[in-house]
Amino acid sequence: MTSPYRYLEEIATADVAFEAWGATKEETFLAAADATLNTMVGEIGTVAPREHREISIAADALDLLLFELLQELVYHKDAGRLLLRVRDLRIEETGSGYRLHADAFGETIDPGRHPLLADVKAVTLHRLVVERTPDGWRAVVVLDV
Amino acid sequence: MSVPKDIRRISDTVWEIPVSHKAGMLVPARIFATETLLSEFDDGVFEQITNVATLPGIVGHACCMPDGHWGYGFPIGGLAAMDPDRGVISPGGIGFDINCGMRLCLTNLTYGEVQPRLRNLVDRIAGRVPAGVGAEGTVRVSRDEFRDAVEQGSRWAVKRGFGWKEDLERTEEEGCLPGADASRVSEKAVDRGYRQIGTLGSGNHYLEIQVARAENVFDPETASAFGIVLPDQVVVMFHCGSRGFGHQVATDYLRVFVAAMQGKYGIHVPDRELACAPFRSPEGQDYFAAMKCAVNMSFVNRQVILHRIREVFSEVFGKDPKDLGMRQVYDVSHNTAKIERHVFEGKPRELLVHRKGATRAFGPGMPGLPEVYRKTGQPVILGGSMETGSYLLAGVDTGACTFFTTAHGSGRAMSRTAARKRYRGRQLQEQMEERGIYVRTASWSGLAEEAGPAYKNVDDVVEATERAGLSRRVVRLLPMGNVKG
Repeated sequence: MTSPYRYLEEIATADVAFEAWGATKEETFLAAADATLNTMVGEIGTVAPREHREISIAADALDLLLFELLQELVYHKDAGRLLLRVRDLRIEETGSGYRLHADAFGETIDPGRHPLLADVKAVTLHRLVVERTPDGWRAVVVLDV
Repeated sequence: MSVPKDIRRISDTVWEIPVSHKAGMLVPARIFATETLLSEFDDGVFEQITNVATLPGIVGHACCMPDGHWGYGFPIGGLAAMDPDRGVISPGGIGFDINCGMRLCLTNLTYGEVQPRLRNLVDRIAGRVPAGVGAEGTVRVSRDEFRDAVEQGSRWAVKRGFGWKEDLERTEEEGCLPGADASRVSEKAVDRGYRQIGTLGSGNHYLEIQVARAENVFDPETASAFGIVLPDQVVVMFHCGSRGFGHQVATDYLRVFVAAMQGKYGIHVPDRELACAPFRSPEGQDYFAAMKCAVNMSFVNRQVILHRIREVFSEVFGKDPKDLGMRQVYDVSHNTAKIERHVFEGKPRELLVHRKGATRAFGPGMPGLPEVYRKTGQPVILGGSMETGSYLLAGVDTGACTFFTTAHGSGRAMSRTAARKRYRGRQLQEQMEERGIYVRTASWSGLAEEAGPAYKNVDDVVEATERAGLSRRVVRLLPMGNVKG
């Protein structure tokens, strides 16, 4: 199965840009989380689900909700040296915006087993998009590496 | 590539986009580049530098250096000076990697003495200076000690035995921005940073053993004042920043500024990465105090890395680092915002100078330079690609046109994804080794992304800074051994 994301060459020369998509916004967020992980590790299948972290975040808008989700992954990469894959993601609309709950599973970075790529410094707001398409949803994200 | 049609040639290396180019521009944008470099700029640069020109309180021009390229918010190579009373501060004008910078250390060894031990040196340094995704440093501190470190900067490191007192005066701002306040920093930022002191990072961060060939010394007198006195003298240059700590500080305040900007302050910007707040506002001052902590973390980081380099050279050559002449030339920052005094429109004024991928380059005699460099002007360390070479430059009197700012590197010309498709890390390593450059990397594909042709020609960039009167060439440095993050 091909991944529901692709890296873009034509945006932000020194950084990493990707487009992710899915039938629902949840699927699109999961794809974006995998694309972020895949920026740091060549084979995301090498990340075993040994540890669990719960992610619970809120934001005014959907694109900022995605920013917060991806930023959580970047945080855990430094704070706990954890590479995480997001599963079971739920998005709810609230009166003032959106709330997201997710379970993330992964393990401590092991350069021996994980083919490491670039260290993601941050998720940027540059050209950040989460939008509906005729087939579902798409997101575009630029990561600072 | 499309250079805007309304761009005007001011001189052979200065180009101006007028305020009529885009609604909301408060000042013209100026690009410092040769005609060739200008034609190679990516479209994002023109879009972004003219966006910068719309920021409230900007004075003079929104400037882009010859190594400029498409970033987020500001272009990389962007410079904007703000009136601190009327203007804004923007994390997008500094970058997530706050105080990303360069440090250069001398040795009294020659190419002939180092070459036979190059592998040993590079391998040991790679073991002593952790690099790559999520790397942890070798300095163990508690969260509270880390807070002290980021308030005190390089002094903290030197007090702990990581370096020499004289390193401090040879560091921009003497290795500490006063006013750093760790209470303005989130727990998350501390979580990300407190175990990363002494780490290189990844991407374009590297540590390089280099040689100053006699034919590459452009100004022997200044080179000698900077400590380059021997034929084929070996030096060590490295490039890194404030690691996860600085990245989180920038992220935290980006969020704060996005929320406060429109509703509270009525500021509208063309790109959310330019999110900003009035410099004198509570948000602006909190960010400034937190950003200074990240600046200081970066100075600590480079101070500890310098110490590790000295340790390794000392072990390999069986001599004290002082006997190996391992003095620091200078440490420059290329991602900051600082309050500086400049003469603007004939009057001395305090300005908030944002530099993102741009280096301060004070001219001779300016306050803020250590006594040893008063006559020469500030040493500027400009890192090229790992294949082609780097430069040691000096600040010049004519730099006033950019508030004494010059380029920071050779500037990316090809996206990372494109470079990875075109080059293979292992193959590149072998090719470099055939040319006498030994490279160790934390990531093969990361190495491919840093291939020489992914960058602009560093000689062209440096020549443009010289012709535009921003800095002048002192020595060109060639790579011998490289630890790639």
